[in-house]
Formats: sequence, C-alpha cells, structure tokens
Amino acid sequence: MTWLSIIIAGILTYFTRMTMIALVSRDMLGDRIKAVLTYVPSAVFPAIIFPAIFINDYGNFIEMNDPKIFAAIVAIVVGYFSRNVIATILSGLISYWIILFF
Amino acid sequence: MLSKKQLFTRGMLDVAPHMLSVIPFGIICGAIGIELGFNPYLVYGMSIIIFGGASQIVFLQLISGGASALIAATSVGVINSRHLLYGAVLSEYLEKLSFIKKLLISYLVVDQGFAESNKFFKKNKTEQYLHYHLIGTGSTLWICWQISTLAGIILGSFVPEELGLKFAIPLTFIAIIVQDLKKIDHVVVMLVCGLSSLLFFDAPFKSYIIISPIVALFVAALLLRFKK
Repeated sequence: MTWLSIIIAGILTYFTRMTMIALVSRDMLGDRIKAVLTYVPSAVFPAIIFPAIFINDYGNFIEMNDPKIFAAIVAIVVGYFSRNVIATILSGLISYWIILFF
Repeated sequence: MLSKKQLFTRGMLDVAPHMLSVIPFGIICGAIGIELGFNPYLVYGMSIIIFGGASQIVFLQLISGGASALIAATSVGVINSRHLLYGAVLSEYLEKLSFIKKLLISYLVVDQGFAESNKFFKKNKTEQYLHYHLIGTGSTLWICWQISTLAGIILGSFVPEELGLKFAIPLTFIAIIVQDLKKIDHVVVMLVCGLSSLLFFDAPFKSYIIISPIVALFVAALLLRFKK
C-alpha cells in the first residue's frame, strides 16, 4: 500500500516537472498563476513546521516552556543571519538536546 | 560556442556549492525514514521514484502519523507543484529538443539545478547545446541525493531514539523558508498556513496538510491583488 502511494506520488511529481516542459505551451500558465506559485514554499512548509513544534506525539498542544519552542527560535535566528542550512538545523538540534539532557 | 562536454562540466561546477546543503539534507531524509520505522528499501525507493527531498520527508512523516495514502500522495503533489513554475521558465530554452528528450530531461529538474541552470541560460542564450548544462546540474544532484540518502539510511539505524531526531524535520523546513521572512507578504502567508494547520490538525485523514496550503495560497492570491 505504501509502495503504491509512493509510485503515485512519484508520478504526480514527475508530471509537475514534465507538464510545462513537454506537454503544454508555457503561455498556459498566466502571470497571475506564476506569481501565486512563487508562494508555494511559504504556503506549504509551515503546515509541517507548526504541528511538529506545537503538537506532541499524543496530539495535544505543548506547554509554552517546551524545549522545542526555544530550539526553533534559535534555529530561526541562526538561519536568518547565517543563510546556512546546516547551521540552522544543527543549532536547533543542539539547543534542543542541551535543554533536554542538562 | 561551448561543446556539450564543456556545458555539462560547467553545470556540475555551478551546482557544486549546493552539495553542502544537499548532502546533509539527504542524510537527514534517510535517517528520519529509519527513525520513523520504515523499511529501508522503501525509504531508498522514494529517492529514485519521487526524487524530491522535502516532499519525501513530508510523505514519511504523514504516513507514520497515520495519514491515508491518498492524502500523503496528494500532499507530495502540492509541495512539488512549484516545479510547474520551473518548467514554465525553462521551457523557453528547451523548445528545440525532441519530445523524448524533453520527457527525459524533465526528471532532472530540481530546485538547486533549476536555480543554477536558469542563471546560466539567461546569460548564454545563444549556446546550441544549452540543455547539457541542465543535465550537468541535474545528474550531479541526482547522484549526490542517492548516495546521501543511502548514507542516512545506514546511519539512521545507529541513532538512538532518545535523541529525538524527528525534531530535525521542522528544523529542515525552517532552514528552507527562513530567508523569506524578509518579505512581509511571505510572512503573512506562512502564518496563515501555520495557524490553519494547528486549527485543522484534527481534521480527518491528516487533511490539514492539504487544507492549510490551499487557504494560504488563497491569501497569497489576495495579497497579490492588493499589491497591484
């Protein structure tokens, strides 16, 4: 079942890559749709970020003093100024571990 | 006029700096798949079949959280819909290729490769074999992605669960969008998406992952109207 959905996801993904290159003329996408598509990362990824930080494994909201909130803030500040993907992820993970284990 | 080989090599070199983020990202993707309890073959199979880092992690996370296969596959499609934009931009330079070549080269269109090849295309519009640059960036990324997810799958089996490596998932996505915090319209769209994901979190089949981007894209379309 999971394999089947991976294959479907793969076909969908391939179509997003191939459609504009091979199937339809590029004028099919109006400027307006192109402009909206530039927002896709900002419109999609917070739906992963927010629940992964604010909701725990049991589906409940976490407390305000949860280490994840602090660690996420560290990662945002480090990422904003360093523009470095690895620094962002590592700063968040390390500050999370420091609060969790000490 | 550059030869095919020169263009290919140029593409490889142009995309090389991105390996600093692609390789750790691939390792995380592989390791998280194992951490979430998936079959290693399945985790690796995604790297060939889907070949889209962020969407692979989302897929694994949704399935392990109990989402239906349909929701998981649809959300991969939504996340990867940005490729439509890349294709629309690149098609101008790939028009002369045969249909079969267009079908083949499409598989290699990914974020970093698009960014570098598009930069190169804009400056070198007259080159005859331009598409070899895209093949250079795309295949370099493909090979590194395969190797690094494999490495992650192997490493993942050694990482103790107490470390809570799952927390790397939101951090990875923070790293992807953090630079867009500079733009106020993007911040609004992010907050709308994030808050609606919390609001709709209990919606059936984990459908919050589809609902919140739709709400956020609707707000983005409204914002664009006001900007004009």
